[in-house]
Amino acid sequence: MASVADPVSRFGPIHFVGKITLTILENVGDVTIFFTKILYWMTTRLPRKRVLLPSLYQTGVLSLPVVIVTGAFIGMVLAIQTYDQFRLMHMETKLGAIINISLVKELGPVLAATMLAGRVGSALAAELGTMRVTEQIDALSAMGANPVNYLVVPRFLACFMLIPLLTIVADATGILGGWFLSSYVLDINSHHYWHHAISYVGPYDLFSGMFKSTFFGAAIAVVACHRGFNCTAGAEGVGRAATEAFVFSFILILVLDFALGAFLQALYYTLWPSYGGGVVLDFNLINSCTQFIS
Amino acid sequence: MTRETPILELRNASKQFGDQPVLRDVNLTVSRGETLVVIGESGCGKSVTMKLLIGLLDPTSGTALFEDRPLSERSEHELSYERQRFGYLFQGAALFDSLSVFENIAFPLRQNSALPEQKIRTIVEERVLEVGLPTSVCEKKPAHLSGGMKKRVGLARALALVPEIMMYDEPTTGLDPIMSDVINNLILQTRVRRPVTSIVVTHDMNTVRKVADRVVMFYPLSRLGAEEPQVIFEGTAEEAFASSDSRVTQFVNGEAGERMRELSVA
Repeated sequence: MASVADPVSRFGPIHFVGKITLTILENVGDVTIFFTKILYWMTTRLPRKRVLLPSLYQTGVLSLPVVIVTGAFIGMVLAIQTYDQFRLMHMETKLGAIINISLVKELGPVLAATMLAGRVGSALAAELGTMRVTEQIDALSAMGANPVNYLVVPRFLACFMLIPLLTIVADATGILGGWFLSSYVLDINSHHYWHHAISYVGPYDLFSGMFKSTFFGAAIAVVACHRGFNCTAGAEGVGRAATEAFVFSFILILVLDFALGAFLQALYYTLWPSYGGGVVLDFNLINSCTQFIS
Repeated sequence: MTRETPILELRNASKQFGDQPVLRDVNLTVSRGETLVVIGESGCGKSVTMKLLIGLLDPTSGTALFEDRPLSERSEHELSYERQRFGYLFQGAALFDSLSVFENIAFPLRQNSALPEQKIRTIVEERVLEVGLPTSVCEKKPAHLSGGMKKRVGLARALALVPEIMMYDEPTTGLDPIMSDVINNLILQTRVRRPVTSIVVTHDMNTVRKVADRVVMFYPLSRLGAEEPQVIFEGTAEEAFASSDSRVTQFVNGEAGERMRELSVA
């Protein structure tokens, strides 16, 4: 029998929507406070070398293999997927343009961030979650260390500082992978391939990829550490923290990618109104395609 | 004669986790130099009380005071600094998995002092010997230690900074009777070696008999009426064992009593 006092049965969907909204707002507020604590400790007391170096190694060096493999394969996949369409238009030599611009502006940063969220973010949440449930975080506080300063700041700095480098690696291996497949398998002339590849990618495109990646790195570290710090007891709690760290970071990466993409586009138009941005160069490519089809 | 100010105090402290109340209007004082033992059933809020006293948790209402000043009035930096005067032995020892035994014990020294490495090594080895372990244990990782060894390393780490206040959270739980006695003796030795205020949370009546100057017993809120106090006993260990309150005698003698009837009803 449904109880009269049962709020769900009394308020139904309105109560449900309210509850979800409150939960979201509570979590957003909690993450914001957590982030301000990171910023506070980062500006108050920088982590010691003994603490920072292992985080840099874990985040940067150990992520290299997976980023290299992913970048190279995505470059090759892009070449295969776009080759047929470009060949129909006799524009095979311009394959490098589409591969490189896609990698530098979009796929490089997003893939490096996804790999970081999967490899480092989940591990961070699981590690800090285990420390939470085994009272190691309380032990840090009890010994006069601030857990945010000691555990989170080095991991945040590692993600924030190293993700642009990982993005460069993903870009470079993707570009090389795309070129390798185009030249040696699809038999496209290397000279023409590189000529088009370079002319369609400008410094601003490189900058926008790097710029976005720093936000992705910060988001991954904040979300993963927050999930770990708020882990519930038991193996299930730790597992859930690791899963949530990846899922929430990934969603945040996509949202940030869209927002920052729009912002960077607007910034480009503002700074160089006469050029109309790197997009105009892309439009040239589209115009060529349209003319060919018509 | 003026009454001495307690070193630690809870005033009308309540603590709630989500919808779950754990402590309600608890008043507790800890005098300088005494060993206070907190007993009570699992889930009655003993460990939470200890965490409130050191400021690892904030009370939902009421105040936790250290040297007559509320912890809530202290900044994060001040709290971190004051905690150097505390040593805390956690229930599961809470050793850092990624660090060796040496690094675990050296942690509070490196964190809170600028001592040279050689001096840190000397102190760590002293503490290791003090808890009855060989110095060869220093290079091991916590995963390679037995439960009793972990507790002793945890104790060595808690003692590293020569604290004024020692907190022991179920120091003998999960240990065999001999190792439990070793830990009880270490608690006593710590008090003999240096002036220290101790708070021990335990279920172990041998610990109560052996180390307690004063005993307080907490009762779970779920079994209390709205107006009943949560601290149901306060006195010496002898008084606890001779108590006329059936809730106290059942606990100290380890008798299930009406709980068995509850089980059979369920």
